[in-house]
Amino acid sequence: MSTISSSLFDVNHLDALSNQTTCIHRLDPRVKLLATVVFIVSIMSLDRYQISALMPFAIYPIFLIALGNLPFKYLLRKVLLAAPFAFLIGIWNPFLDSNVSFHIGPVGISGGWLSFASIMIRFALTVFTVLALIATTGFNAVCMALERLGVPRGFVVQLLFLYRYIFVLTEEAGRMARARSLRSFDGKGMGIRVFGSMIGNLLLRTLDRAQRIHIAMLSRGFDGEIRLAYPLKVNRRDILFLSGWTALFILLRLFNLPYLLGDMFSGLAK
Amino acid sequence: MSHHIVEVIDLEYSYPDGTPALGGVSFTVTHGESVALVGSNGAGKSTLLLHLAGCLVPQSGEVRIGHLPLTKKTIPQVRRNIGMVFQDPDDQLFMPLVYDDVAFAPLNLGFPPEEVEQRVVNALNTVGATHLRNRPPYRLSGGEKRRVAIATVLSMSPSVLFMDEPTSNLDPRARRELIGLLKRFEHTRIIATHDLDMALDVCTRTIILKNGSVIADGPTVDILGNEKLLHTGGLEKPLRLQGCPVCNNN
Amino acid sequence: MHMADALISPAVGGAMLAATAGMVLHGAKKLKEDMDDRVVPLMGVLGAFIFAAQMINFTIPATGSSGHIGGGMILAVLLGSNAAFLVMASVLTIQTLFFADGGLLALGCNIINLAFFSCFMAYPLIYKKIAGKDPNRNRILIGSIAASIASLQMGAFGVVLETWLSGVSEIPFTSFLLLMQPIHLAIGIVEGLVTAAVVTFVWKARPEILELTGSSASIRSTSMKKVLVGFAVFAAVIGGTLSWFASANPDGLEWSIYRAAGKEELKAPETRLHALFAKIQEKAAFLPGYSFKGNDSVKSDGKEVRVESGKDEAWGSVNAGTSLSGLIGGATTLLLAFFIGWFLRKLQNRS
Repeated sequence: MSTISSSLFDVNHLDALSNQTTCIHRLDPRVKLLATVVFIVSIMSLDRYQISALMPFAIYPIFLIALGNLPFKYLLRKVLLAAPFAFLIGIWNPFLDSNVSFHIGPVGISGGWLSFASIMIRFALTVFTVLALIATTGFNAVCMALERLGVPRGFVVQLLFLYRYIFVLTEEAGRMARARSLRSFDGKGMGIRVFGSMIGNLLLRTLDRAQRIHIAMLSRGFDGEIRLAYPLKVNRRDILFLSGWTALFILLRLFNLPYLLGDMFSGLAK
Repeated sequence: MSHHIVEVIDLEYSYPDGTPALGGVSFTVTHGESVALVGSNGAGKSTLLLHLAGCLVPQSGEVRIGHLPLTKKTIPQVRRNIGMVFQDPDDQLFMPLVYDDVAFAPLNLGFPPEEVEQRVVNALNTVGATHLRNRPPYRLSGGEKRRVAIATVLSMSPSVLFMDEPTSNLDPRARRELIGLLKRFEHTRIIATHDLDMALDVCTRTIILKNGSVIADGPTVDILGNEKLLHTGGLEKPLRLQGCPVCNNN
Repeated sequence: MHMADALISPAVGGAMLAATAGMVLHGAKKLKEDMDDRVVPLMGVLGAFIFAAQMINFTIPATGSSGHIGGGMILAVLLGSNAAFLVMASVLTIQTLFFADGGLLALGCNIINLAFFSCFMAYPLIYKKIAGKDPNRNRILIGSIAASIASLQMGAFGVVLETWLSGVSEIPFTSFLLLMQPIHLAIGIVEGLVTAAVVTFVWKARPEILELTGSSASIRSTSMKKVLVGFAVFAAVIGGTLSWFASANPDGLEWSIYRAAGKEELKAPETRLHALFAKIQEKAAFLPGYSFKGNDSVKSDGKEVRVESGKDEAWGSVNAGTSLSGLIGGATTLLLAFFIGWFLRKLQNRS
C-alpha cells in the first residue's frame, strides 16, 4: 500500500520537476533525447573493465541536474532503489574473474571487481541521466519528441493516454488496496483469490471507464485520429547543446581523459 | 431555424437483456430554455441523456435536435450541435494538457489553427479558466476540472448543452461558483441532477422522470414546491424550501 | 527482471531496439487498419490499469512473501496479441523513464522479454489453443498457467541470452540459465494462477468481453500473421547477430569443448567474441584510427590487448603505474565534474 502512494508520488514529483523553466527545461525535447541516447551508447560501448574513462561522463548528468535545478538527493534515492537487479547480475563477476589485474599497496584488485564496479558506475550514470531527462523535459514533451523522430502516432497516443490515466487508476487501486487492508487481519484476505476478484473488479471498472471516455471523445467529433498541435522549434541554443555534447561524448569515448590527467599528475609527483 | 431545439417523441429503450429503461418519454425544449431533469436513481436520466448526446439511437420513438431526427446516419451532424458534459470530468479530460482537451473538438471539426486558438481562448475565458491552459488535467482541483470539462464542449459552440450532475463532488464554494457560471450561460441546456437547490437556481423548468416515464413537467418553482409530487418521484423538497431545523419555521 | 543499460552492449541493445521498433511500427499500422476507434481509449486505460494493478500486492501461497502481476497475459486475453503488445511496450517505456526499471537502450530487450514472448508467442500458441474457444474454469486455469510459465521461461531465456551476448557480466551462460529458469518457473506458476483468477472473474461477470477477442475470425487470422511477421523479424535480428559470432569463431566445436570444460577456458572464446563486438562497434560508430592502439601505457585495459596476447597473459600486461594514474585521473575528473555542477547550480540559483 505504501508503494502505491510512493510510486504515485514519484511520478507526480518528476512531473512537477519538469514544470520548471530553467534553461535546460526550455531546450527542445528532441535534442535532449538525442544527446541522452548518444551519451548512453558512448558509455555502453566502453570496455567492460573500464572505470576511469567513465568518470568524465558524469559531467552530463551533473550538468543537467545542476542547471535543471533538480534535487540530487531525491534522484540518488531513486537510482539506489532501482539498483538491485544490476547489482545481482554484476556481483558474480568478482567471483568468476579473480585474475589480479593490479595492486594498490598490498591489496590485489581482480578484474572481476573492476568490471563489477564498472557495471555499477555505468548503471548510476545511465539511470541518473534518464531520470534527469524526464525531470527536465516532462513526459508529454518526450512523447512529442518521439513522434517527431518517427515513432508511430498510434504508439505516441497510447503513451499519452496511459500517462493521463495512471493518476486516475492508481488512486482507484490505492483506495481498493486500502479498503482491503483495513479489513484483512493476520494476512488473511491477502491471497490470490481475493486479489483475483479485486483486480477483476478494477478491470471491469476500467473497461467501463474506457467506454465512457470513448463516448466523451465521440461527442466531440473523434474520428479515429488524434490531432496534436504542438509547435516544436529548434533554435541555435538547441543545436549548440546537441552538437556540443555529442562532440564531447565522442571525444571522451575515444580518449581516456583521466589517464592523460593521471599520467600528468604522477609524472609531476616523480 | 426551428423554435423547438430538442424534441423527444415517445422514446422507448430497453437494455440488451430486455430490462426496460425508457417507456415512452416525450417533451419539447425551446431555444434558450434551461431544463432540470430530475428523478431517483435508475429513473432513466442517464439513458435519456445518452440518447440526446447521440450515443444511443432510439429503438422506437424519435429524438430531434434542431431540425435533424437522430438516426445512425445523422449522428455525426447531430454531435456537432450538442455539447455533452459528463459526470466524471476524468472521463472527459483525456488529453495531456487542458489546452489539448479544449482544442480537441475544434481540431476534429477541421478549423484552421487561428480559429482553433481563438475558440480555446474564448471557451477558457467563459469558464474563467484561462490560467489553467497549460496544466495537465491531473493537476486540477475538482472545481477546476468541471470548468475545463465545460470549456471542452463550449469550444465547439454547440447550440445545446447537456450536463450530467455538474455539481456532484464539489465543495460548497466550487459548487456556488459553478452555479453562478451556469446561470450566466445563454445556451439551451438540459441538466440531469439530484441537486435540486441548484435546479432551483439555474433552471426555469423541471422534468421529473420515474421508471422511465415523465411524471411531471413544468416551471421549476411549482414542481419543486409540490411535496406530494416530489415524494412520488422518490425526491425531496430542495433544502431551501424545507423548514428550518433550528427555529422550526415553515 | 528489467534489463539495465549497464548490463548490455550497444550491439545487443541496438538490435533488440530495432526489432521492437519494427514490431511497434507494424502493430500501430495494423491497429489503424482495423479501424476500431474504441480501442484507442481502451488500450490507454488498460495500460494505466496494468500500472495500477502492479501496485496491489497479494500473498504468494506457501511462502508468505508478496508478489504482483506482470499483466501481459491478461492484456492479451482482453485485447488480442497486437494491441496487448503495444500496451505492454508503452507500460515498459514509462517504467524506464519514471522508475528507472530498465534503460533507454535496454528498452528493446525488455519489450522482447516481457511483452513479445507473452503477447505474440505464449498467448496465441498456448493460451488460445487451450482456452480460446468456449472457455471454462479449468481451461482458463490450465491455459493461463501453461502460457504464463512459457512466457516467463522465454523471457528469462531472453535475459540470459542478452546478458551473455553483451558480455558485460561474467556469469557463464549455462550457470546463469540454470539459475534463472527455475526461479522463473516458480514465478510463472504464480503469475498463471493470478492471471487465471482475474480472467475467470471477468469471464463470469462479463463473458462478452472475452468473446470479443476469442471468437472473432478476422482477429484470429490477422494475429497469426502478425505472430509470424514479428517472429520473422526477431529471428532475422537474432540470426544476424549470431552469424556475426559464427564467422568470428570458425571452430564451433572448439568453442563448445571450451564451454564444457569450465570457466577458465570459457574466457577465451568469450573474450574473442567481445573483442569482435568492440571492434565492430568502434569501426561502425567511432573514428577508425583508434589512437590508443599502439600506445602501451594507455591500452592496458583495452580488449585488443587481451586478444593479441592470449587469454592468460591478458592482465599480465597491465602495469601498476598506469592503473594508478587511471584511478587518480578518474577521481580528479569526477571531483572536477562535481565542482562544475556545484558552480552551475550556484549560477542557476543566482539568476
